[in-house]
Amino acid sequence: MGAVIDRTCDLSRDQHVECVLRIADTSLILGQRLSEWCGHGPVIEEDIALTNIALDLVGQARLLLTHAGALEGQGRDEDQLAFLRDESAFRNLAIVELPNQDFGRTVLRNLLVAAWQDALWTQLAASQDAELAAIAAKSAKETRYHLQHAADWTVRLGDGTAESRRRMGRALAYLWPYTAEFFDDDALDRAAAAAGLAPLPSALQPAWESHVLPVLAEATLIEHALPARTPFLSHGKRGRHTEHMGHLLAPMQAMQRAYPGCTW
Amino acid sequence: MPLPNTLTHDSAWAALRAVPDPEIPVISVTELGIVRGVRLVDQGAVEVTVTPTYAGCPAAELIDAEIVAALERAGASQVTVRRQLAPAWTTDWIDPDARERLRAYGIVPPGERATGLQPIRLQPRAADKLACPRCGSGDTERLSQFGATACKALYRCRACREPFEYFKPL
Repeated sequence: MGAVIDRTCDLSRDQHVECVLRIADTSLILGQRLSEWCGHGPVIEEDIALTNIALDLVGQARLLLTHAGALEGQGRDEDQLAFLRDESAFRNLAIVELPNQDFGRTVLRNLLVAAWQDALWTQLAASQDAELAAIAAKSAKETRYHLQHAADWTVRLGDGTAESRRRMGRALAYLWPYTAEFFDDDALDRAAAAAGLAPLPSALQPAWESHVLPVLAEATLIEHALPARTPFLSHGKRGRHTEHMGHLLAPMQAMQRAYPGCTW
Repeated sequence: MPLPNTLTHDSAWAALRAVPDPEIPVISVTELGIVRGVRLVDQGAVEVTVTPTYAGCPAAELIDAEIVAALERAGASQVTVRRQLAPAWTTDWIDPDARERLRAYGIVPPGERATGLQPIRLQPRAADKLACPRCGSGDTERLSQFGATACKALYRCRACREPFEYFKPL
């Protein structure tokens, strides 16, 4: 779609694109991570579930990246944005680029991220950017199923055997510090919120906690989630990534890097 | 003024009613509720508005191609498929007649949609109570929230021992 987007908000074009990329890249990179489970799930139902969730996330990313490309107006489409940007140009939350490790850590991260997305889509559906609002309203329906799936497994494994509980506790201790980035407001976030484009990240925290904390309590994992915040703050959404990001992008981008513009 | 072409609004819709869903061939794309509008432009050119079921549905591109092919067979000179996201597709738009055909095909049609934010119900989650599409027994259990496609969940009947699918409400 080469259409020029009629922008009516107060944000600069670059800020607007950046704001959309933060949301798009979080869906894309988690979708890529979950797709690594294809053929490796513990049972076939869960193999299918994780790859179905990956498919939803990549679908959301496609819509969002297409929108970002149209806003940018430089002729970049979803493929160019996904496959030909360098690591520092990605704007995803750092938590989604962390390795899957075991099934428990995978579903626990899904819980933390799906609860954040659920809160985000709900508020983003009222965005001044009509396309962004439509994508959010559509995605909200899908995310609700992701959230249920992750919540079920978190309880089952957390309040499970001694071994599953040990692993889930360790996974939560590892993942929890990365959730601080979810609610960290920076200058771009404040500008986007003031323009009515996207909610302030900190405004998502009450809804997120209302989803996550009861599940962690039921899963007997709540003590690993406290204290609520840590001094550690990741900066994925500002393009500063963990050491895992390059290893994720290499196989994802290999084809387009070797044969730029190749199509099926 | 009649168009210099055999394609009419009615014949375009009729052509679309004959396009089956690639994954669930017992229902058509119109019965699925994804065709939101048909507009004859001029000279036999037609614009079809389609809304996706799931954002990542892998059948979406095939559906677009089949819509184009069906309308060209019906006499369209040019077909444009326009994607519309809002309002988001819902299983409430599935045609009532098609629901019974789904059941006969072995897929339980979608039930009531949950509206608004739902509290997380914890394991063991009381899954929707479904009657087996084959034997009618209510003694069924959910195996997985996600089935062979994103839009379906996987169930099993404890009475007749057969697995079946459930078209999830969205």
